[in-house]
Amino acid sequence: MIERKLTCIVCPLGCELAVTLEENRVLEVRGNTCKRGEAYAQNECTNPKRTVTSTVMCEDGGLVSVKTDEPIPKEKIFECMEIINATTARLPIKIGDVIIKNACGSNIVATQNRSK
Amino acid sequence: MRDLVIIGGGPAGMSAAIAARESGIQDILILERDGQLGGILQQCIHNGFGLHMFGEELTGPEYAWKYEKKVNELGIEYKLNTMVLDITEDKVITATNSNDGVFQIKAKAIILAMGCRERSKGALNIAGTRPAGIYSAGTAQKYVNTFGYLPGKNVVILGSGDIGLIMARRMTLEGSKVHAVCEIMSYSGGLARNIEQCLNDFNIPLRLEHTVVEIHGKDRLEGVTIAKVDQNRKPILDTREYIPCDTLLLSVGLIPENELSKNANIKLSNITNGAVVDQDRQTSVGGIFACGNVLHVHDLVDFVSKEAEIAGKAAAEYIKSGKKQSFVIPIKTDGKIRYTVPQIITEAKDVTVYFRVSDVYKNAKIIITDGDKAILSKSKAKLAPGEMEKIMLKTEQIKNVKELHFSLEV
Ligand SMILES: Cc1cc2nc3c(=O)[nH]c(=O)nc-3n(C[C@H](O)[C@H](O)[C@H](O)COP(=O)(O)OP(=O)(O)OC[C@H]3O[C@@H](n4cnc5c(N)ncnc54)[C@H](O)[C@@H]3O)c2cc1C
Ligand code: SF4
Repeated sequence: MIERKLTCIVCPLGCELAVTLEENRVLEVRGNTCKRGEAYAQNECTNPKRTVTSTVMCEDGGLVSVKTDEPIPKEKIFECMEIINATTARLPIKIGDVIIKNACGSNIVATQNRSK
Repeated sequence: MRDLVIIGGGPAGMSAAIAARESGIQDILILERDGQLGGILQQCIHNGFGLHMFGEELTGPEYAWKYEKKVNELGIEYKLNTMVLDITEDKVITATNSNDGVFQIKAKAIILAMGCRERSKGALNIAGTRPAGIYSAGTAQKYVNTFGYLPGKNVVILGSGDIGLIMARRMTLEGSKVHAVCEIMSYSGGLARNIEQCLNDFNIPLRLEHTVVEIHGKDRLEGVTIAKVDQNRKPILDTREYIPCDTLLLSVGLIPENELSKNANIKLSNITNGAVVDQDRQTSVGGIFACGNVLHVHDLVDFVSKEAEIAGKAAAEYIKSGKKQSFVIPIKTDGKIRYTVPQIITEAKDVTVYFRVSDVYKNAKIIITDGDKAILSKSKAKLAPGEMEKIMLKTEQIKNVKELHFSLEV
């Protein structure tokens, strides 16, 4: 059995979590204020994921801010950034529009409106 | 004559406008210096906004859009690219834009929502040269997220406030190497979640009790010397360490933008650098209200929106009834509690008092008294300067009180 200390990143409270692990199986989570903290610890110890936010270049040379619709595996963050940086988006763009389909397991969607 | 003029179209200004309209004020005008509504949120493209207000994690622009949509639905009037130059005690606003030139508006009530700017001057009290490559973290954020321009490849960040942490991750994602985040204090001023997801995720070292002591380079920054500091925050010379870099970001805090408030003779607090306000966020000048980062620096936009609702509703009441403050209960603090907002109470009603502490305290007790009389106490496992706290006072607890004293027992 091993103990792992984590900081929950689900909300700004940032609870300090203590996780008891056995062979990558989570036995117990302590220090969480709410249930989401427990779920976070589960995922973080087995398959850590992150939401990636960035910008995509638009056809007029301006930028539009984007995010992964779903959190993606942590080790794919830089792969995802490469896909984002190799893309040019058509205008106009509405918030929520899918800019890139399936990048590292998630769609990349616009988080800003951009007119032509 | 306009009923209500709001200065600043960030989250505070928009939320105040919506609350005032929903309280029955038809004649509202927002004046915004920028080309779009949303304020600083438009460059905060990371997620982490709106958990309190919407129960979901939004990016800055998405959070702003929720309010902008509402402003449009309610048909609230706003002028973009319009800079307010002056306001007076009798509520005359002077502003300018390229269509109208310089113009004046008299208002029945004004809400100040101009946000804050970054501290920079004091931080540059560092030996050495002043080459290109030194930016405030917020300026760098604007370059990267709005203009798509990466300030440099090898970065050192001074100060571990949230903006610095967010930029450490942002520049790493865009291909820069962040060599260190130096923090002079023994703890970070940023949120624990940002240390985790912005630094630890990318193995960026957080050097606590470290500062930049010298800047090197002629035209372009070539490196910085950092050093550990002692208890008095004085650098320890034999811990000096040279780090080659082409970019230094300063993330050393924000300061409310109150030049306009001074013109209107509004009483300012020398602790928050914002106005002294009552529970309605009314300043010392009747009919002028303040909310958001212009009042005191918030780390969570959700609290900004909530505070602005209070100001918007109260401004609507003021316009309708011309309500005056009838009595004043001052709120005093003991220094461990650095400040409260509001600083005074002028009406017996339920009031949520927000406050910040001046150091990290564990297992502390917040004690509120009126002279010898205990009003309320609350235990807290942990308090930190970076996190705003709040405590609710009930009408019965405020009634017949002369003065409220907030202190911390540690
Ligand atoms: C880099 C950064 C990262 C942040 N990260 C988070 C986060 O992860 N989660 C979170 O919840 N919060 C975060 N915040 C905090 C949150 O964004 C702010 O607290 C909030 O935006 C403040 O809103 P505001 O309306 O008071 O000010 P602002 O957003 O600054 O808006 C003020 C507006 O007033 C306008 N203005 C100023 N002066 C004038 C004038 N003279 N005439 C006309 N207009 C004027 C400005 O142009 C601006 O649009 C962050 C803040 C920053 C700076
Ligand atoms: S455990 Fe719950 S309250 Fe604590 S940080 Fe995680 S989500 Fe927030």
